[in-house]
Amino acid sequence: MRQARSGLELVGPIVLIAVVGLVGTLVSLSTETYVITTLVNVVIVVALYIFIGNSGVLSFGHISFAAVGAWAAGVLSIAVAEKPAVMPHLFGFLRDTTVGNIPSLAIAAGIGAAYALIVGLPLMRLSGLAAGIATFGVLEITHNVLRYWEKIGPGVTTFSSVPETTGLLQASVAAGIAIVVAFVYQRSRYGRMLRATREDAAAARAVGISVYRQRLIAFALSGAVAGLGGGLYVHLLPINTELLYLDLTFTTLAMLVIGGATSLWGAVVGAVAVSAVQSFLAEAENGVDVFGRTLDLPSGTRIVVVGALMALVLILRPQGLTGGRELSLPRTSVRRLLTKFAP
Amino acid sequence: MSIPLATFLGADWQTLADAFGLGGIYALMAVGIGLVFGVLRLVNFAYGQLVMAGAYSLAFAYERGWPLWSGIVLCFAVVVLLSVAMDWVVFRPLRGQSPAVMLVATFAVAFLLQSIALLWFGSLGKIAASLAQLNQPWTIGGVDIRKISVVSSAVAAGCLLLLVLLLGRTNIGLHMRAAALDFRTARLLGVRANRVIGSAVLISGLLAATVAVMMTVQTPLVTPDFAFKDTVLVLAGVVLGGMNRLVSATLGGFVIGFAWGFLGGALPTDQSQYLPSFIFAAVILVLLIRPGGLFTRGGNQALERV
Repeated sequence: MRQARSGLELVGPIVLIAVVGLVGTLVSLSTETYVITTLVNVVIVVALYIFIGNSGVLSFGHISFAAVGAWAAGVLSIAVAEKPAVMPHLFGFLRDTTVGNIPSLAIAAGIGAAYALIVGLPLMRLSGLAAGIATFGVLEITHNVLRYWEKIGPGVTTFSSVPETTGLLQASVAAGIAIVVAFVYQRSRYGRMLRATREDAAAARAVGISVYRQRLIAFALSGAVAGLGGGLYVHLLPINTELLYLDLTFTTLAMLVIGGATSLWGAVVGAVAVSAVQSFLAEAENGVDVFGRTLDLPSGTRIVVVGALMALVLILRPQGLTGGRELSLPRTSVRRLLTKFAP
Repeated sequence: MSIPLATFLGADWQTLADAFGLGGIYALMAVGIGLVFGVLRLVNFAYGQLVMAGAYSLAFAYERGWPLWSGIVLCFAVVVLLSVAMDWVVFRPLRGQSPAVMLVATFAVAFLLQSIALLWFGSLGKIAASLAQLNQPWTIGGVDIRKISVVSSAVAAGCLLLLVLLLGRTNIGLHMRAAALDFRTARLLGVRANRVIGSAVLISGLLAATVAVMMTVQTPLVTPDFAFKDTVLVLAGVVLGGMNRLVSATLGGFVIGFAWGFLGGALPTDQSQYLPSFIFAAVILVLLIRPGGLFTRGGNQALERV
């Protein structure tokens, strides 16, 4: 019975992702972009979950790992011939190198992890409010540097000429990988140790767990997944520094909180549910037919609705939609199933 | 990189005065955030949106050609109402939640209010220039200084003085200090929780309105993200100074405002574009060396409390 339940913990989110991917094959081409964006959001929210959910420490800085990953993947996948036109000030080695799609995503994840590790070395000593503000500082610094340093990317201008390779299949596979990574991590001894520090830091220390080291491991791991998410983003649509900044920080945090920050299932459900609402509202901002009536919302409605949803969930159900628990069948039905099929 | 001494001491008094003015404004915001934190243990990310609402009220009055005083009255009324409403709708249901939950919740409220402003007024911004004459310079001893720099420093000093008197000399001030020190014990000793929280929220709203009036003079263009950047900086300053005491939080706010204003004015453009990086790197560094804050005594209590 334990086996069945823990299996569900992994299978549930994977099945949800597969369903989302299948929906993507059925809809029109313009709607497909929303589905792919949803899957990329799942990757980033799972990255947030790996750190915030398991450690209980708030981070506003993860979008900066996604941004760094996006920059790395974007700069490295533009064809050498086009680089001088798009980014005239690049460093020599960046100017002369181009890699394929999959290597660029791997590099994005690697850079994300390395950056998170370096940033985490000092930052993971902090907790609570100081950690929140310091990670916000990281976001500000990263945004500021990427915006003005034209030797490592396009600066304020929008990334152009990046091959748009993030399709439905790739995004689904990436979301699946992110979920498997998160699952394996939370089942490993490191994940368990970090969750112990979340529940009671003093008790965890007393049994010999280094809070600092466990947080750092999770931070770097989530940096890798966030970097992957950033890499997928840059291959999906033309991005700039503003796209990987406050709004995305807010919406991904909202997804995590609305779904339920303390479970993988919650993170995935939150990402999918909020992305669905967002996609619908984005369409409605352009005018959409609902039951024969034209719904035409002013632009900006999206963030109002997501913000209101998040505030409501926090006030009425602070553990999130899933209650912060992993997916499980009701106890009785599991037992009934087992007795039915047991020899 | 080096700032020539001559500019520092002589020619650039304006930069120094501006820095003082900005430091004063940030100090007021820090007090507004610190007061509520003291009684509720809640860091209000949405504080800048109170300022934004005030700025929009001033713009509203200016566009319709209302007299100056009625614009300011409207600004105070709107901000205080919004502040109290925020307490009722958001802070109250969240009382007793963990600090992280409360921080995320106020972050959500900040975005919510910002995008409501976007829906309502559009992204282009409104002009609030009824106090624009304060941007004219005064000539003091051969040096030109914009009036607003002096006025905002003076207003900040005045407000802080009033606040010191209120906290030190009145009954409600005593109650607020007691609540900030230990809320449960204070309640046991007969301090009325709702009254203390109510007055903290009220005062922080009044301060936000004052800040709105000062800020629209320097930045007359009011956009939905008005004062958001400033809130982030002030929060950094408050944590930098030390969250646990109002004095250290205020000092932290002043220091970061002063540093921002001074470096922003003194550095050439190709360096000042990296100013956010410098400032936040400095904040992170200080937090590492003194996690409890720059102006606190005796170490790391803040670390465990929050």
